Amino acid sequence: MSALTLHYDVPGDDFTRAGEASSDIKNKLKQMGISPDVIRNVAIATYEGEINMVIHANGGTIDAAIDAESITLTIKDTGGGIPDVELAMQEGYTTAQEHIRALGFGAGMGLPNMKKYTDEFNITSEVGKGTEVIMKVYLSK
Amino acid sequence: MTIGDIKKLLECEVLCCDDRLESEVHTACGSDMMSDVLAFVKDQAVLLTGLLNPQVVRTAEMMDIICIVFVRGKKPDDAVVSLAAQKNIAILSTANRMFEACGVLYESGLRGGISSGGVGCSAGGCLDECAYIAL
Repeated sequence: MSALTLHYDVPGDDFTRAGEASSDIKNKLKQMGISPDVIRNVAIATYEGEINMVIHANGGTIDAAIDAESITLTIKDTGGGIPDVELAMQEGYTTAQEHIRALGFGAGMGLPNMKKYTDEFNITSEVGKGTEVIMKVYLSK
Repeated sequence: MTIGDIKKLLECEVLCCDDRLESEVHTACGSDMMSDVLAFVKDQAVLLTGLLNPQVVRTAEMMDIICIVFVRGKKPDDAVVSLAAQKNIAILSTANRMFEACGVLYESGLRGGISSGGVGCSAGGCLDECAYIAL
């Protein structure tokens, strides 16, 4: 399989469009004949990241790199950053306001889900500068 | 159980993809919190929710969920139905409340699935009802 890279700019001001990048990545992976389980894991992890960027960081970028062994996802924003990453990784911990919860998100499952559905997960965040999440999903387990 | 069976059991109106009524569903999940739904992975599932925004369809798409049942008589707007049609996700609407709808499907043999993460019912301020049909 030849390497493929995909890049998406995620707007931060339109909740209704959130998920379009993840949907496109999912469709492209399907076209490449990648296994459904791998595709679903990539789709969920990317979607959670995309939603997080829209809710918390006024958008950002998503890059996907597909090679013969794995899919690497880089989700980056220049939002407010996360003061305590360890705390943010705990299931159920959230800083989302009530209006976000009314939209069906902000249950404190975003980052834990991203880690859960990927084989490698790394997050770096700096308050006032932004957050970068790099995840890898192996094509064969 | 088929989507058509769900339609009969919950006395649903079908809002899109009625060509999917013969499709089998194996599991169900009921929640208004999409992040909780995203912690749940089972094949050929149906999602029951009272949330109406497009992210319900996006969530279903990511999870390969093939049918969404809107409870409490709720109906999404045309843009949401159109998005579901694009994704070939059947949209049903029932007058039943979440708890009753889940109970009817459970009683009729449909079972749910909990991910290894063990996520269960979410209780948020926006929720007046929530149910997870668990194994």
